[in-house]
This record gives sequence, C-alpha cells and structure tokens, in this order.
Amino acid sequence: MKHLLRLAVASAWNRRATLGLTMVAIALSVTMLLGVERARVAARESFAQSVSGTDLVVGARTSPVQLMLYAVFRLGEATNNVRWSSFETIAANPAVAWAVPLSLGDSHRGFAVLATNGDYFEHFRYGYQRPLRLRAGRFFSGTLDGVFETVLGADVADSLDYTVGTRMTLSHGMGGTGLAEHADKPFTVVGVLERTGTPVDRTVHISLQAMEAIHIDWQGGAPIPGVSIPPEFVRKFDLRPKNITAMLIGLKDRGAVFRVQRSINNMEGEPLLAVLPGVALDQLWQVVGVVERTLLAVSAMIVVVGLAGLVAVVLASLNERRRELAILRSVGAGPRHIASLLVAESVVVTMAGAVLGLVVLALCAGVGGPLIQSRFGITLPVAVGTIGEVQLLGLVFLAGMVAGSIPAWRACRLSLADGLTPKL
Amino acid sequence: MVTPTAGAPPTKAVPLLSVEGIVFRWNRAQQPCIDIAHFEVAAGERVFVHGPSGSGKSTLLGLLGGVLVPQRGTVRALGADLSAMSAAARDRFRVDHIGFIFQQFNLIPYLTVLDNVLLPCRFSARRRARAGSDPRVEALRLLRAVDLTSDLLERQVTQLSVGQQQRAAAARALIGRPEIIIADEPTSSLDANRQDRFLNLLLHECEASNASLLFVSHDHRLASHFTHELALHDVNRAAVSAEATV
Repeated sequence: MKHLLRLAVASAWNRRATLGLTMVAIALSVTMLLGVERARVAARESFAQSVSGTDLVVGARTSPVQLMLYAVFRLGEATNNVRWSSFETIAANPAVAWAVPLSLGDSHRGFAVLATNGDYFEHFRYGYQRPLRLRAGRFFSGTLDGVFETVLGADVADSLDYTVGTRMTLSHGMGGTGLAEHADKPFTVVGVLERTGTPVDRTVHISLQAMEAIHIDWQGGAPIPGVSIPPEFVRKFDLRPKNITAMLIGLKDRGAVFRVQRSINNMEGEPLLAVLPGVALDQLWQVVGVVERTLLAVSAMIVVVGLAGLVAVVLASLNERRRELAILRSVGAGPRHIASLLVAESVVVTMAGAVLGLVVLALCAGVGGPLIQSRFGITLPVAVGTIGEVQLLGLVFLAGMVAGSIPAWRACRLSLADGLTPKL
Repeated sequence: MVTPTAGAPPTKAVPLLSVEGIVFRWNRAQQPCIDIAHFEVAAGERVFVHGPSGSGKSTLLGLLGGVLVPQRGTVRALGADLSAMSAAARDRFRVDHIGFIFQQFNLIPYLTVLDNVLLPCRFSARRRARAGSDPRVEALRLLRAVDLTSDLLERQVTQLSVGQQQRAAAARALIGRPEIIIADEPTSSLDANRQDRFLNLLLHECEASNASLLFVSHDHRLASHFTHELALHDVNRAAVSAEATV
C-alpha cells in the first residue's frame, strides 16, 4: 500500500499545475468553512457572556427575550417602565446583595444612552467575571455638581473620535435622525471604558439624575413650549428618578434565585418580570442560531464546489492516463489498486488543501484578528482546537474520499475495458 | 499451431503456455475476435507471433496475460488455469510470472527510469525475491546490460529517446526473472538499425535469465531470430472469418 501512495503522490506532483489550482480552491473553501465555524463559536461565546455575575434581570412584564434585548443589548424599546418604588422594594429584599437601576430611551448619534448609578461600574460583569475598566478618565461622580458627566463605551469613543473632555448633546428617543435634541444641556465626557466585546462598547453612560435633569422641562416626549430651564438651575429640582426601565440584581446566595424570581414575578402593585440571563440568552441564541447554521451550510456548500472541481480535474486527466493505467495493470496492479491510486490522489490533494486552508486561516486570524476584534468585538482564536473543527476536517476528509471514488470507479471501468492496450 | 523444431525432443511434460479452444468477443453482439482451437509454447522457446494488424494480436496477449478472460476454453500458464482464477489472483500471477514490453509509451512519465524498472518488484514479492538481495542493484545491472548508462537513471522518462525507453522497458520486463516475456511490437517504433540491436539485446537477456519469449510483430523479416513461429492468421479462425466477411 505504501508504494501505491508514493505512486499517487508522484502522479499528483506530475500534474501539479492543475491539481495545485484545485488544491488552492479546496484550501480557500476549507478556510471559509473553519473561519465560519470559529467565528460562530467565538460569536456565541461573546454573546453568552454579554452579562455574567448578574443573577436576575428585572423589567416590566414582557417576554424574557424582549427584556434581554432592550436591557442588555439595547435593542428595541421597553413597552413599560418600572416604578422607582418597586426598585427600592426589590433592592431592600434581604436576599438581594446589590441592585443596579437601568434607564434607557435616549441616544447619541445612534448609540444608546444608559442612565444608571455608580453601582453599575462596580457590579456589572462580562466574559469570565470581568469587571468594566477605564481606558481613560474616571467614572462619573454621581454628585449633583457632576450631573452632566458621561462615560463612553469603547466603540462610541473610537467611531466618533471622542476623548475625555469632549462635549456632546443627547437626542431624545432611539434610532434614526430627526430626533429632538437636548441641546440646552450638553454633557462632558469624563471617562472611556476599555473594550469588552459586549453591547457596553456601544453605550453612552450617564447618571440617573442626569436623565431626570434633561427631561425636567419636557412632557410627553417634547419640550414644554415656553419653558426652558437652564442647566445651572436643574440642581434645585428634585432629580430623584420616578421610573426606570430595568434593573440588574445580584443575590447573596445564588441558590435563592428561583425564590427571588418568583417573588418578583408575583409582586403586588406592579406587573414585573425577572429572568435568569443565561436562560434568556440561550433562548435568544436559538433565534440567531438559524443564521449561524445557514452560514455553516453555505460554507459547506463551497467545500462541495471545491471538491466537484477536483473530481472534474481528475476525471478530465483520466483519458490521458489510460496508457499509464495499462502499464500498471501489466505489472500486476488490479482494478482495486487502480481505484485506490485514484482515491489516494484525491485524498492527498484534499488533505494538502485542508492543511493549506488551516495555514491561511491561522494567518488571517493572526493578521486580521486584531482588526476583527476591534471592528466586531469577536476574538478569533489562532490555534486549532474545538471538537467542531476536528469534526469538520474529518468530514472534509471523508468528502474528499467520496469525491475520489468517482474518478476511481471510472478508471476501473476504463482499465478493465482497455486491458493492456488502450484504444486511444 | 507451433511447429516443433525438427528432431528436437519434447523438453517438458507441462507446456509453459497452452491455449485450448478459446473464444473471445469484446461484447456479446459482435463476432468473436479470437477463436483458437489449440496452441502451446514450451519452456525456453522463443516464439515469433506474426500477424497483420486486426488479426487479434493485442487481444490474444490480453488473454495470455490474464487481463482478459475468454468466454469459452482455457488458457493455461505454467500449468495453472488462468480462467479459473479470481481476478486478483490473475493480477498477481501476471506480475509474478510475466514481463511485458509494449510498442511505445512503456514508461510511467512521472517516475524515474530506475523506479520504472523496479515497478514489478513493488507489486510482486516473488519478483522482488528473485531480483536478489537488493532489487536496485539488479535493476542497475539490467539497465547496464541493455546499454543504458547510469547518468540516465535518475532522469525524467520524457527526456529519453524512444529507443532508450524501449530498452528500459525491456529491463523492467526482465527484472526478477519472470518465466515468460511477452513483447508486443516492441521494435516497430525503432529504425531498422536499432531494431536489430534491440532484438539481439532482448534475445540475449531472455536467454541469460532463462525466460521464454513471445514476440509479436507484423514484420515478418524478424522471424529468423526465433526458434518457433506462430502465424496468428492461421490459428485464429476468427481472423479468417472476419476477413471473409469484409
């Protein structure tokens, strides 16, 4: 069998120009397949870890997926708010270690504005229990003097080219252009967060008091005509929030999570919903999962196209090789030798393609990795590893063998019909 | 029918090759292209198989080599019934006992001359064993014997002249001392001068390794070099009938 493999390699080398191009096609399709697989795993990971260390997310009663979408991913809007008194009641629950209020609704040039308090920076975790860290400046003070201070996520700062000290105004409402501006009450950037690869990167953080302050002369989503309260006077008003959008809760004992969840869901006075973020994220991923499976299917199809090219090239070469096959028959090669020669050739080309594909992918991940990380917040691992990748490579290998068996079958038939004297 | 040389006693009880009542057609609808009642080749004979193109030479060689199987009749080689063997056994038998030389394009283009000569040893343990302790040494000896200088050995086959290719093919057929050498028009792509030289080399080496030679050609002038002659035109009834129908 060893000498057959050597023959196959020598034969393939002899036609290296055409087979080389085919190999490159296979290599690129393998790069694509494994790249999609890696991106998929990385995306899923960073998605699943957008929130960690939070035991419950609470908002007005809606669907768990909806709640996660607006409270964590800043997508869509809450249909109802949560009363501040409810927040205080829940925060006072003896099982609750900490509670962070979240208030959403405004935006700055497409980026969501999140009003919260200093506890957010202390308790919020992402990835493997990683806390938020500052790249520059400081967290907002939360005092009345520093009411118009803002802390930016990394994406906001980078894409708008803002730094500490930049002054900015917020828009009322989310999304689109033509939003009413809170132009009379500009904010100053006091801090920029380090990149997290989560929605935090795309968020403008302000204090709850600031959220109240920019809305004191507003009513029903528009400035009250004829009323304008300049920023230096807002401190004289009661800036305690009346409503918030959602809250993050950490428990003293995680074992109590279902009990606390039930008590929040059954709270009298206001219809609320408490969800376990892990469970809700899984549900949400089911929705996104269709896309990832489609992507994987498309790249698998590209591999099939690459292999079809291989079959075509090997089949096309067969006619010129009938003499060669007859020589092999004359020195004792049987149809099964001829068949394994052809299959080995396809497998060798496929394997070489797969290896080249891995190299290209490693180069891409090495060179383009930082770019992808900064653009999309997805970390592409350079090394091979996951079981999924090994399985995919195994499938490519099998597909190469199956592809090789088509010309092999044809070669067998040709060599049986030709005998020792091919009719050329 | 092979006519024995006058006065020569029968050398062996079992002939090297014998054919008994074989009929072969390429497909069912066609007329048979081989229909031979009987012929045999004894060990050590050098048989000149003469036949014009279309007389079924190549088909007969396929049958003798066990690549093709007759629809009727038996082909025996070294006492073994080829028609009764499995396909794999016939493949093994072929490489173990027969060396082939073809008209042209004998060598595999992507192997070196030396690797081409060594091919039978790769497929046959018997040929490998009979080629001595190191088949490469034997291959080099044979290549020298057929006048191929050592600077050609590692060359690409395509850089060789046709004559050099044919001589390398002879070395390949001879390596591991198979009992039978079958040569199918090996000289027809050579000019007259080289034809004689090649033929003498081949006959000499066959004698040296004690192999029987079955030499097929349409060129009757070469017949004088051989001990026996087989006119395919005479023994193959199919060729006659085919000619009659034309």
